Amino acid sequence: MAIIDPLSTSDVDVTAELVDSRKAPRNSSRAALIWTRLRSTPRFWVGALVVGAMIVWAIAGLWITKWSPTDQDLINSSVGPTASHWFGTDDIGQDIYAETVSGLRRSLVIGLIAGPASTLIAALVGAFAGYTGGRADAVISWLINLLLVLPAFFILVLLSPVFKSLSFLVLTAFIALFTWMVMAQVIRAQTKSLRDREFVKAARFMGVGTGTIIRRHILPNVASLLIIDATLGVVAAINSETALSYFGFGIQRPQVSLGVLLADGTPSATTRPWMFVFPALVLVVLLFAVSLVGDALRDAVDPTSGSTRD
Amino acid sequence: MTDAPLLEVRDLSVSFPQGADEVRAVRGISYTVDQGEFLGIVGESGSGKSVSSMAIMGLLPRNAVVTGDVLLRGESLLGRDDRELSRLRGKEIAMIFQDPLSALTPVYTVGDQIAEGLMLHDRALSQQAASVRAVELLRVVGIPAPERRVKAFPHEFSGGMRQRVMIAIAIANDPDLIIADEPTTALDVTIQAQILEVLQQAKEMTGAAVVLITHDLGVVAGNADRIAVMYAGRLVETGSVDDVFSRPEMPYTIGLLRSVPNLVTAGRTRLVPLEGRPPSLSDLPPGCPFEPRCPISVPECTTAEPPLLVLGGGHSAACIRAPEIESGALQASDVFPRPEPVSLGSEIGSEQEPVLTIEGLVRHFPLTTGMVFKKQIGTVKAVDGIDLQVRAGEVLGLVGESGCGKSTTILEVLEMTRPQAGSIRIAGRDVADLSRSDRLSLRKDVQIVFQDPMAALDPRLTVGDIIGEPLTVHGDSKMERRRRVAELLDLVGLEHSMSSRYPHEFSGGQRQRIGIARALATNPRLLVLDEPVSALDVSIQAGVMNLLEDLKARLRLSYLFVAHDLAVVRQIADTVAVMYLGRIVETGDVGEVFARPHHPYTQALMSAVPIPDPEAERSRERILLDGDLPSPTDEISGCNFHGRCPLYKILDPSRQQQCVTEDPRLRMIDTTSAACHHVEQNTLQPL
Repeated sequence: MAIIDPLSTSDVDVTAELVDSRKAPRNSSRAALIWTRLRSTPRFWVGALVVGAMIVWAIAGLWITKWSPTDQDLINSSVGPTASHWFGTDDIGQDIYAETVSGLRRSLVIGLIAGPASTLIAALVGAFAGYTGGRADAVISWLINLLLVLPAFFILVLLSPVFKSLSFLVLTAFIALFTWMVMAQVIRAQTKSLRDREFVKAARFMGVGTGTIIRRHILPNVASLLIIDATLGVVAAINSETALSYFGFGIQRPQVSLGVLLADGTPSATTRPWMFVFPALVLVVLLFAVSLVGDALRDAVDPTSGSTRD
Repeated sequence: MTDAPLLEVRDLSVSFPQGADEVRAVRGISYTVDQGEFLGIVGESGSGKSVSSMAIMGLLPRNAVVTGDVLLRGESLLGRDDRELSRLRGKEIAMIFQDPLSALTPVYTVGDQIAEGLMLHDRALSQQAASVRAVELLRVVGIPAPERRVKAFPHEFSGGMRQRVMIAIAIANDPDLIIADEPTTALDVTIQAQILEVLQQAKEMTGAAVVLITHDLGVVAGNADRIAVMYAGRLVETGSVDDVFSRPEMPYTIGLLRSVPNLVTAGRTRLVPLEGRPPSLSDLPPGCPFEPRCPISVPECTTAEPPLLVLGGGHSAACIRAPEIESGALQASDVFPRPEPVSLGSEIGSEQEPVLTIEGLVRHFPLTTGMVFKKQIGTVKAVDGIDLQVRAGEVLGLVGESGCGKSTTILEVLEMTRPQAGSIRIAGRDVADLSRSDRLSLRKDVQIVFQDPMAALDPRLTVGDIIGEPLTVHGDSKMERRRRVAELLDLVGLEHSMSSRYPHEFSGGQRQRIGIARALATNPRLLVLDEPVSALDVSIQAGVMNLLEDLKARLRLSYLFVAHDLAVVRQIADTVAVMYLGRIVETGDVGEVFARPHHPYTQALMSAVPIPDPEAERSRERILLDGDLPSPTDEISGCNFHGRCPLYKILDPSRQQQCVTEDPRLRMIDTTSAACHHVEQNTLQPL
């Protein structure tokens, strides 16, 4: 895990003092600086374009085919890609293209909800624990450590009978609930150092309440961390969902996700590769693209970080 | 050896490319340093003083563009490769950096680090001989028990001790030139006095020339032979130290000298603010860089930059009106007239009700060890039973070195919770039994201004939101807030239009004004000022100090003014309390205490403060303290100052015994009170 410190990311050199104390007007805010760095990173553009294209495809992809994911073309079952079935069909004649788009849609929704949701939990819990300190902090830290040592995947498997019968949103919520801990610890540490900063002290001595201080002073100052975490959290959430669904503990037919499709395609991966390759390819490209964006973001926020996060 | 000067800098320029344009940090400076000379280079941050000396040492980053020439005994240093320069560095030219902690490697013992310097330049030297020499050097720079300390690591040393080690490394190879870049800026005054003493000794022993770079005019006044004043990357005035201090000829120097509070004149005259800020080095106007801030500028000033004019007696100044100033046609008082004193309103009488009363305040921090099972191994006595009182309209100056407990004291006041022992009463109300809502409304009455104006302002809020923040707590409407913010900006001398901008767009002085405006938002009765000017450049300090004086008079505020700079306290305070290791050692009317300090610590503190007046500096007798501030965890019996006390050393044994066994209480002596058993025996003469 990269240690990202938004409080001390400026490169200190001889010119810093000079430039800093003069503050030329174009030397503007941190957000603008991050954007400038981001803009000059090809990785960011490649990733962002691919992610954007995949989102558009997930939304519009079903409009351009005559098949819906549940249609069965019994005449053309188990055929490879044709003019009618672009990605081929499976054993019972379902169109792989339509299923892939539909699976991508579900996976994206889960990722885009669970990733930011886990970041939100991390931000609130971490900032609260770090800011209040004392007993609340001790209890929360203990809880975080407990959740970290529990095998999240195993618990999700155990709980799967519960959410099998419920909406996929329950699964999404559970994924979010098991992925926020590491980030919460980072935010907690950052908050602890922010708490001793004078502008936070000043607010406290004015009588500003804890909630307001966290909202007004703490969270905006760790915002860059949170944005990165939310982005990379999307990747983690999609991965968790795929793994669960692959083993049959996640999304259940008739709903499909990329994990379900992979599970269905695996037995025939060597004989009828189209059933496996297309969903797998979509998954890999999606995760790779989101990771590129997250990586570029992290490097823009903290130019000294080189390693990758788990 | 030729008769060329030891160091000659010819038309040195340094610039740093920044995208399309460049930051011109140093713009054509020339000076010479003779054998054994002590040159002081004075300038504010960003004036190019450090960059120029880094250029001499060849220590600038690769992207720096250096032109001009640097000659050491007639031989050029620029353009040599790093290996050749390395041979010179340490041997011929040595450097002492500002921060001795980052200048020493934490993983080697100080002895090894001194020996490394020695053996690098003398390959024949054995390890044995090098470590013997290291011990010797440590003894020279005044480190007690050098045989033992030579094996210590840098983190086991205090800041002052580390700086001594740096000096030891610098003089290890008997250099001809020592460049000291702000060597005492990070240190307390009493330690600063020790270090300057050691630096002088080192200079005498090695016969080396010293270039001392500093922003503190007082530091050069007492030590340097010649000084050079830098502004916006250029030398604007050079000359012998007496000439420049007594007859400054460049308006910038005149303003600087008149803007600095000094112990001799402070409190009697108002400071002269130097308005404006130094120009941006990446976008300089064609004329004199000081012209926008110069009160005597004439139209010609904007056309071309004035060269360094040589005036009489080796004195030069870069100002087209320098001849007028030299001939006496323009007096310093005409250039920078002292502002009118504010009418102080009614005198503060003892019948005024106190705004803040602290009685017997104690704050001890337990020192614990162990991760799971905490065990107490000691106590840090940060504040150990102090009494303070601030009356309405009064300024109490709380003075002490770092670690004496002054910050803990003000935090205790601002927390407004029941203290460990003793009591805090604000506006007549004991904070120990306040309800939640009472505490909130009492917070209106006490506000704080912090030391570092950048850290004290949230970088993500606009200035308007920052200043209005205290009002959000007390439920003022948005319209009301906006009106009040405009009013406050007016009050501190900023423009209304600035309220939508962000803190980083402002200069240090302006930021501190924003901090003051925020503190005033709720119409407080007491302002706690935590070192409000010590993070600012000297030319800006005066403006903020004057603002604080004006506000006090206009709004009838009381200040609890915490500072380590005695001159600043002398300037603004009515009463003063001197703190040492969690105790008040002397307190009383500011004029009385400064004129006749009774406690030996107060005396030492005062004599350690450098005065920006070479004549006064030379005639002063310094009372130097031994050693550093003891760790507050130490258990000290009796008077906690006796280990460093200059008076203790000259007392007879029976009296010494009293110091060691009996804890002195504050007692009235004349009109002030001091915590010392032997004030009557005190023959030390400060100032």
